Amino acid sequence: MKKNKSLLLSTPYIIWMVVFTLIPLGVVCYYALTDPETGAFTWQNILDLGMFLPTLGISVWYSLISALICLLLGYPVAYFIAHRTPVMQKILYMLVMLPMCMSFLLRTLAWVGLLETNGIINRFFGLLGIGPMTMIGTSGAVVLGMVYNYLPYMILPLYAIIVKIDNRLIEAAEDLGCTPTQVFSKVVLPLSMPGILSGITMVFVPAVSTFYISQKLGGTETMLIGDVIERQFKSAGNPNLGAALSLVLMLLVFICTGIMNRFGSDEEGGVVV
Amino acid sequence: MSKELIRLQDLVMEFDGERILDGINLYINDKEFLTLLGPSGCGKTTTLRIIGGFLNPTDGRVLFDDKCINDVPAYQRQINTVFQRYALFPHLNVYDNIAFGLKVAKLPKEEIHARVQEILEVVGLQGFENRHIDNLSGGQQQRVAIARALVNRPKVLLLDEPLAALDLRLRKDMQNELKRIQQVMGITFVYVTHDQEEALSMSDTVVVMDKGRIQQIGRPEDIYNEPKNAFVADFIGESNILDGVMLADYKVKFFGRTFQCLDAGFAPNEPVDVVIRPEDIDFVPPEEGHLTGTVTSVTFKGLNYDIIVDFKGFKWLIQTTDHQPEGATVGIRLNPEDIHVMHKSEYSGMFGDYSSYSAEYDELTEDADDEEE
Repeated sequence: MKKNKSLLLSTPYIIWMVVFTLIPLGVVCYYALTDPETGAFTWQNILDLGMFLPTLGISVWYSLISALICLLLGYPVAYFIAHRTPVMQKILYMLVMLPMCMSFLLRTLAWVGLLETNGIINRFFGLLGIGPMTMIGTSGAVVLGMVYNYLPYMILPLYAIIVKIDNRLIEAAEDLGCTPTQVFSKVVLPLSMPGILSGITMVFVPAVSTFYISQKLGGTETMLIGDVIERQFKSAGNPNLGAALSLVLMLLVFICTGIMNRFGSDEEGGVVV
Repeated sequence: MSKELIRLQDLVMEFDGERILDGINLYINDKEFLTLLGPSGCGKTTTLRIIGGFLNPTDGRVLFDDKCINDVPAYQRQINTVFQRYALFPHLNVYDNIAFGLKVAKLPKEEIHARVQEILEVVGLQGFENRHIDNLSGGQQQRVAIARALVNRPKVLLLDEPLAALDLRLRKDMQNELKRIQQVMGITFVYVTHDQEEALSMSDTVVVMDKGRIQQIGRPEDIYNEPKNAFVADFIGESNILDGVMLADYKVKFFGRTFQCLDAGFAPNEPVDVVIRPEDIDFVPPEEGHLTGTVTSVTFKGLNYDIIVDFKGFKWLIQTTDHQPEGATVGIRLNPEDIHVMHKSEYSGMFGDYSSYSAEYDELTEDADDEEE
């Protein structure tokens, strides 16, 4: 009886999943494995992906760098928030969330205005007699855009984990002879591991497939795999190749998160993505 | 045995203007089992945390081997703690939890191994090295927590209500176990509890605390037999506490009768509190009794009956193996050694009247005070 009820209640979601996730996934697989002209089964699209390997490498590389920078920037912030009074925690949490309430496109465009050759930053430097510097169109700008946009996704899971670390464990470590640095390296950091892993996943996954950030802030040599996929569907008119690319990208993301989950399960429970 | 190890001098602790400790003076001897006993919020845990170095007293000094250690951080003190609900590291297994302190101290691997094995034997957990903390029972976690602290061979072990989370049976076993470990290892134990029975059965010295002040320090027998005031008399065991007047040495008057007692040194005609323990009272036929009263309630408690007797409107608790029917008229005799006289205190009149007796009194005093301080 109870089982039937829960099944009934989850039906809308199941239908949703089938119509908007499983069927499209099937369509992607179909396109990826068929010839654009004849519609016959072929591995050719997958085999053609070799020429995109450098782009794929760059995408993974930039995303990893961004995730790492997010971790280094985000960890102290999360730690700081977790050790405030409950009221202060709520306020700071809201502040971290705030940028996410604004349009992703708008936020990225704002960076264009800042970084342009005659943008705000260069004009400011001009007043000081420096520059102008080329900032827009560089790989640095792309990484900056990723870090800026995805930093909250790092801070929030980290905060959620750190705030749950029992203060008595920290006292226990002190009691057993740990200096404050050792308390951090031997207790706080290992116990934050689930948060670190889910933070990295939540930054890495959207960053690796982004195309808007690299289009607006990057140049020709910073084209990412997301851009390539977009182009296959829009201008190049080769949806089969695009489908093959996104299939491979999806597998890549699966493998990456799988490795991290495996890594994390040694610590505690694994990562909830 | 008698060398002084720790001394607390005029300790005062205030949180947000509220005084938690109000002038604590105490010395703790080497190899002593000392218990801080008191109700929730009496300051016992705060005192322990000051000794451990987790709190800085607002005022006063902590001396260790005659040296002031107020400014010595917790990690440099030769003191280890068994925390309330253990605080074991969830990311480490049993072995690594116990070896934690030794690894921090960077001891050679072989020595760490030998000492962990040795302590596992002391706490009876051989073969549990690779167990995950979550897969241990409460009693086993308790043993790991004790082993984790003891393996560092501290001079002092602080224990903060270590048995509070265990069920009654296990608690009794662990009490014996702790006493044994303390004797085997020959270290000073400072133990915090709100359970008077636990305190009496394990300690060399009991320190009874209330409202941030020490009410009495003494051997368990002395605390029980010679309570200093109505609070101690009531908190340690059950007591009937009556208003009396000390007529002269060895003569105390209450209920309009003069009784022989063993107490002396009071001012002539000083008003006093008189304590009579429920188990010291024997029934006699009414015509032979010093006092006669009426039985108003009888509760079977297993070992004995709890009988409430109304003497001239004042209800006494009497614990006896002789059954008396409700409504019976009974007489009692009081021998000099059954009567204990105390000076009046701020607690006079607050305890020791069983007019509102309920059979659940035991449970009331055992209310776990997990959330203390």
